[in-house]
Amino acid sequence: MRHESGIRQKSANRWGNPERTARLFPSLPAAAALLGVLIALLLAVAPAAGAADSPSPSPGASSSQGSTTQFPNTISGFLRNAGQPLANVKITAKGNGFEASTKSAANGSWSISVPTEGSYQLTLDESTLPSGVKLAEGQENPRTVTFNQTTNVSTIFAFGAGIAVHQGSFFADLANRLVAGLSFGLLLALSSVGLSLIFGTTGLTNFAHGEMVTLGAVVVFSLSTIGAPFWLAILGGLLSGAVFGYAQDALLWRPLRRRGTGLVPMMIVSIGLALAARYVILFFFGGATQQLPNAQTSDIDLGPISVSPNNLVSLLISVVVIALIGFVLLRTRLGKATRAVADNPALAAASGIDVDRVIRLVWVMGGLLASLGGILWAYYRPGVTFNMGQQILLMIFAGVTLGGLGTVFGALVGSVVVGIFVELTTVFGLTADLKYVGALVIMILVLLFRPQGILGRRERVG
Amino acid sequence: MDFGLIFSEAIGEMVSPTTAAYALAALGLAVHFGYSGLLNFGQAGFMAVGSYTFAMSTIHLGVPWWIGLLLAIVASVAFALILGIPTLRLRADYLAIVTIAAAEIIRYIVTTNSLTDVTGSANGLAGFRQDFLRLNPFPPGNYLGYSSPDFFYRVFGWGLVIVLGIVVWLLMRSPWGRVLKGIREDELAVRSLGKNVYAYKMQALVIGGVFGALAGLVFTLPRDVVQPANYGTELTFFLWTCLLLGGMSTVLGPIIGAMLFWVVLSLTQNVLFGLIQIGALPWLNPSQAGQLRYILVGIALMLLMIFRPQGVFGNKKELAFS
Repeated sequence: MRHESGIRQKSANRWGNPERTARLFPSLPAAAALLGVLIALLLAVAPAAGAADSPSPSPGASSSQGSTTQFPNTISGFLRNAGQPLANVKITAKGNGFEASTKSAANGSWSISVPTEGSYQLTLDESTLPSGVKLAEGQENPRTVTFNQTTNVSTIFAFGAGIAVHQGSFFADLANRLVAGLSFGLLLALSSVGLSLIFGTTGLTNFAHGEMVTLGAVVVFSLSTIGAPFWLAILGGLLSGAVFGYAQDALLWRPLRRRGTGLVPMMIVSIGLALAARYVILFFFGGATQQLPNAQTSDIDLGPISVSPNNLVSLLISVVVIALIGFVLLRTRLGKATRAVADNPALAAASGIDVDRVIRLVWVMGGLLASLGGILWAYYRPGVTFNMGQQILLMIFAGVTLGGLGTVFGALVGSVVVGIFVELTTVFGLTADLKYVGALVIMILVLLFRPQGILGRRERVG
Repeated sequence: MDFGLIFSEAIGEMVSPTTAAYALAALGLAVHFGYSGLLNFGQAGFMAVGSYTFAMSTIHLGVPWWIGLLLAIVASVAFALILGIPTLRLRADYLAIVTIAAAEIIRYIVTTNSLTDVTGSANGLAGFRQDFLRLNPFPPGNYLGYSSPDFFYRVFGWGLVIVLGIVVWLLMRSPWGRVLKGIREDELAVRSLGKNVYAYKMQALVIGGVFGALAGLVFTLPRDVVQPANYGTELTFFLWTCLLLGGMSTVLGPIIGAMLFWVVLSLTQNVLFGLIQIGALPWLNPSQAGQLRYILVGIALMLLMIFRPQGVFGNKKELAFS
């Protein structure tokens, strides 16, 4: 209800007052400074963007070999057979008086940059495919691709349709997916705690939360490319999330709150921030998918379950951190203050809690946890891309909505449910590229029947 | 740098069919947000529903263009109803999350490999405009520098924008439109007058959604191809930028906003490319120049929202939010 009152306020009061608008002008340099912070963070690790083209220590760097010149237009795609990337497959593009070829990288990605838009003939050299792998029936090779007023076209070569080898029994598969889902759900929970706390304390639905997730992974990759030891890179990644969270609140959200900006305009500002931050990251990091150190490991068997060590470690880290969050929130003064502000900011302020300080802390912790979630997400996917946070953002929303907007423990439960659900749908017949759809449908259904979520308080939300 | 060329390209961008599609979709958003206060973050989904329905019905069922158009409208109405039923009774931000999720669901479904026969997966569908092109009344020739079909797409797109702009203008002057604005200003007051707020919101959602579907057609027909990559969440956010640029509760606002958006994008792109070519920006490569523009779009969206939420044409008293 308390958020609603903000939405219902008459517009004239908020925006019609010239004094208010005039007072706000200091926030223009503030917004610029905020982006400055993000740029500085990325500049600090910028050598990585250049390093991506040179042989980098990470195993999966997918810079295209062969076409060394960079043109504005690219043709790209992924080669995967039954979920396994196909490396070193030769692909040639020919057309408009230009010819270039490339080989797919270890993660199956390939891209060819071409000088002009237009039609190109693509040929996949089938003799370079690993033995036993064939193009699926009906896959044109060579094929023609055409640019349609975009600078990037992607095309998919599908392999061996219908001959995916299904190993293991249904129950072994189920157990494996359950562990993977738990691991995914817990890393999702780390990212959503911040979003939920920010919503609870300020009422803001923060669409820029995904970029904090991306930033963590990007900084870890960049630091390890310039030779920082692994622990330092991780530390840098976490720190960058915390700094970005702090800077966002100090330079943007606090001035806007002071000014009395409504919740809907703030939501749209967060969309602008997400867009700007995403493309700032793309600007420095590039569009390629990169791998963090130790990203590729072979599965280990634990009784009937085979699981990748990274997933297992991620699961353990998440459990420990979540237990820590629970302890802080339930047992310390600071945690109690945070819950009090989330419950009712005005009442909390009246009882002597420094609301602004609590909100600042929530932003810092939210940023830190989001970047930790981002690092784990980069190992789970696996891979670091500039838009990985955008991909996970809706899953975070789904988890938070499922658990109840604004409740911390609801966000934890909701995220774990979403994570497990996403993985289990693949066991029950949904194809892997639709696995996120299930979670989004569930979210909409929850809103239909129990809008306050699993752990939300029964109050009117409309 | 050839400034003449840069400016003529920017002017060309201003009347391109893509700009008409953006104007139309932003006009739909104006009906949603500017006039009714509904936060629709899934306009890209409506555009995808429209263009995919048209393409699939024309290619797979072989129906004439006008049945394809009707089906596209019906599909977008159904999509709006599905979205509206669970969320229109809830707080504004729930509708935002559900619409953005629904738009992504559409994009995932048309991208999945298991439906390649129906949707063409990531490559999309192509070749569905032949029947529509038979409408083209212009004999081959040169019209203001455009070929006959190119000129026809522009006439079709902008004709639709003008007609629907007038429709919105008339609607919002009608008693129906006044109730809608009343809901935007104070929902409880309108409810206490005995109006069915839920039904009015639903009607607004459906109308704006149909605009989105038609925008999808205007966007996709000149290309003769639909691809899922064009209908991501970014498209929706660009449409919001157009809407806020022009002014959200006006008819001209979203249209002029779309024109401004594309002119500025075209100008910055070509000026940056020109500067790179003459070697003035050694730290920038062409693809980064493209990304720099989108950073600017994001910053522009933030600054507009903070300092001039009513846009270029808007009236401060008619803001759809507190």
